[in-house]
Amino acid sequence: MHALRPRLAGLAAAALTLPLLAACGGEEEPSLVIYNAQHEELIDVVAEEFTKKTGIEVQLRNGSDLELANQIVTEGKDSPADVFLTENSPAMTLVDSKNLFTELDQSTLDRIPEQFRPDDGQWTGFAARSTVMVYNDEVVEESELPTSIMELAEPEWEGRISFSPTGADFQAIVSAVLATQGPEATREWLAGLKRNGTVYDGNNVVLQSVNAGEKDAGVIYHYYWYRDQEEAGENSDDSRLHFFGGKDPGAFISVSGAGVLASSDDKTDAQKFVDYLVSEDGQQVIADSYALEYTLNPEVDLGRDVKPLTELDPPAVDVSDLNGPEVVEMMQEAGFL
Amino acid sequence: MLVVAAGLVAALVMVPLGYVVWFTWSLGPVETWELLARPRVGVLLRNTAVLLVGVVAVSTTVGVACAWLVERSDLPLRGLWHVLFVAPLAIPAFVNSYGWVSLTPAVQSYGGAVLVVSLSYLPLVYLPTVAALRTLDPALEEVAHSLGHDRWRTFRTVVLRGIRPGVLGGALLVGLHVLAEFGALQMLRFPTFTTAIYDHYRSAFNSAPANVLASVLVLGCVGLLVAELWLRGDVALWRVGSGATRAVPRVRLGRMRPVALLGAAGLVALSLGVPVSSLVRWLLVGSSTAFPLGELAATTATTAGLGLAAAALTTVMALPVVWLAVRHRGRWATLFERAAFGAHALPGIVVGLALVAVSIRTVQPLYQTVPLLLLGYAILFLPRAIVSIRSSLEHAQPVLEDVARSLGEPPARVLVRVVLPLLRNGLGAGAALVFLAVSTELTATLLLSPIGTSTLATAFWSHSTSLAYGAAAPYALLLIALSIPATWLLSRQVQRGATR
Repeated sequence: MHALRPRLAGLAAAALTLPLLAACGGEEEPSLVIYNAQHEELIDVVAEEFTKKTGIEVQLRNGSDLELANQIVTEGKDSPADVFLTENSPAMTLVDSKNLFTELDQSTLDRIPEQFRPDDGQWTGFAARSTVMVYNDEVVEESELPTSIMELAEPEWEGRISFSPTGADFQAIVSAVLATQGPEATREWLAGLKRNGTVYDGNNVVLQSVNAGEKDAGVIYHYYWYRDQEEAGENSDDSRLHFFGGKDPGAFISVSGAGVLASSDDKTDAQKFVDYLVSEDGQQVIADSYALEYTLNPEVDLGRDVKPLTELDPPAVDVSDLNGPEVVEMMQEAGFL
Repeated sequence: MLVVAAGLVAALVMVPLGYVVWFTWSLGPVETWELLARPRVGVLLRNTAVLLVGVVAVSTTVGVACAWLVERSDLPLRGLWHVLFVAPLAIPAFVNSYGWVSLTPAVQSYGGAVLVVSLSYLPLVYLPTVAALRTLDPALEEVAHSLGHDRWRTFRTVVLRGIRPGVLGGALLVGLHVLAEFGALQMLRFPTFTTAIYDHYRSAFNSAPANVLASVLVLGCVGLLVAELWLRGDVALWRVGSGATRAVPRVRLGRMRPVALLGAAGLVALSLGVPVSSLVRWLLVGSSTAFPLGELAATTATTAGLGLAAAALTTVMALPVVWLAVRHRGRWATLFERAAFGAHALPGIVVGLALVAVSIRTVQPLYQTVPLLLLGYAILFLPRAIVSIRSSLEHAQPVLEDVARSLGEPPARVLVRVVLPLLRNGLGAGAALVFLAVSTELTATLLLSPIGTSTLATAFWSHSTSLAYGAAAPYALLLIALSIPATWLLSRQVQRGATR
């Protein structure tokens, strides 16, 4: 017992000083603070290349769209963030709606086609993912494949489909349906999906369930399937992708956004980072990474055997118009939220 | 001064709770009612309630049974079983669920959720029950026998009564964990209030409904706290002298021995075998598997440092609260102690955002620094320390302190030389439990840590959300490895208590 006390005291002292030492480390030189909700692995690589090229140090705070967007809104004008990056556009729209962004340089905006950024110029898309239908090719014949995502609400798909409605991903799809088909058809479609489908949490779970033959088909984003193929194929070897195309709401493309915060104390460097992100160099880094998401600068081609962005033929939907309160209300009504 | 210290701790802990209630209040009754009176809320209420009942019932029954087998039966290899029963503490619930889900999707149901969550939280009941069984004087049971009670009746009237505070404290922790659990239930696809709160933040990006739902969780938490208080009663359990220290006669299992062994082995296979084997499998098949040694080491060191510091801080904060609650029983003391549990039933995102909102406006220079992060951890995990220290203090004799003081020792020396040694089991156990919780904490770490901080849990999360399971596996295994000393400390604490 007596021997124990000094040991405990030593332990406690070590415990208290260690993190303090760690905290003292990186504070001297001001560097660019990025709140990053895109995949950490991807932005790490981009940031490293950016620093190599410009000499500007970058620090990432990683989290999900939900955490970081709410955190920025909660922080308000005191936010330490300079740049915000997301996976999907609704998080950008949330921050934009509180007037927390500052306008991007026109030269930066010009690098990305208009359809992938909002009209107000407060942020821009820098990567994108396409909605796809994944199906188990042992159960579903190619001739059975629907031409529109709207067909999944019909009785022939009863008990056969799965999807993940709680993520921002799926709600973006509902927004696309609403924008192209109108409120009445959207309500009916949601009710049909509720009847026909099984709700899973996460696109990867949907993929697993289809691949394992539990469900015949599911709605996901394209890269889940391609990445699993590159990982081990364990959750995707027994399934195939079906791209809807033809301006169908099922061919919807969701964009990852980048913006500079109005509260930033280093707007020049922040603008430089976003510009690099959408420049040919930055986009090439994304194309060469593990991410398998579409790059949006027309000068850069993703390649890698992924169906090209130019062949997707998506519906015309305003990126800043997703996830309006109307969509959430409809989904609550249908019992998805 | 004690009251001030305890009050201060209680006030700090109430910050996130107060924020949630204030937010709901500011919405006004009409909007609040509209958000609550939805069919979905009914489903969530039912799900949360049945999950709570299921998990608390299963983990309490199995936990007490395991404790009895190890402490009171002639089960072979009891030391080994003891360690194995405590070991699931080293595996975070979300890692455990991940292992189960990749084994069979059948666990994505009510039964599966009860099974997997119970397996993760079982040690929280097992540990205090073992500790209580060991401090129970066999003489009490002998007296009961001599008065004509048979074994079963003795167990019910004497043993169960004696271990009740320990068992209930454990059950309370399990209940609060179920209310706040997110990662595991998300993977198990079992929607509760907590998963719905995350869904609201994720989808609507609207904090009003999330805060309203969180207020319902607060009510649930208050219900649990009152229930535990009522079931525990107000029995003083300390006594002078530890009685004659001698072995309790163990019950012969006889023909039931193979059954007990098989049951114990089955439990360990389920709680340890499944998650560990699934991680090892991912290490082998994943193409993204890599061992970036420098990064792994740095991440492990950060996690250990934060865990130790938070454990120390939380234990220190728990002391005045427990002291007041046990030594100066009364309305205020009880209120402070119960208040400390408040934040425990709230999901990490709610506590995290509340701390963001309050700290950036009041103590901005401290925002996203280590001290504030540690305070956040302390607020989240104070109950773990309180429950452990409390069970030690309940059994420590106040007479000893009085004697020391009457011999002229100043209060500070009484604390160091008499009280702390008496409490060392509880302090160690509490610190170890806090360490385990901190090392697996995710949301508050993401929101409040200094920028660039990477812990094992955030690294695992980051890799597994990008589907690079192979790359995620080493972090999960390190997380388990890092938790082993704390788990070992916990299992040894209890053993040493017995041979004292």
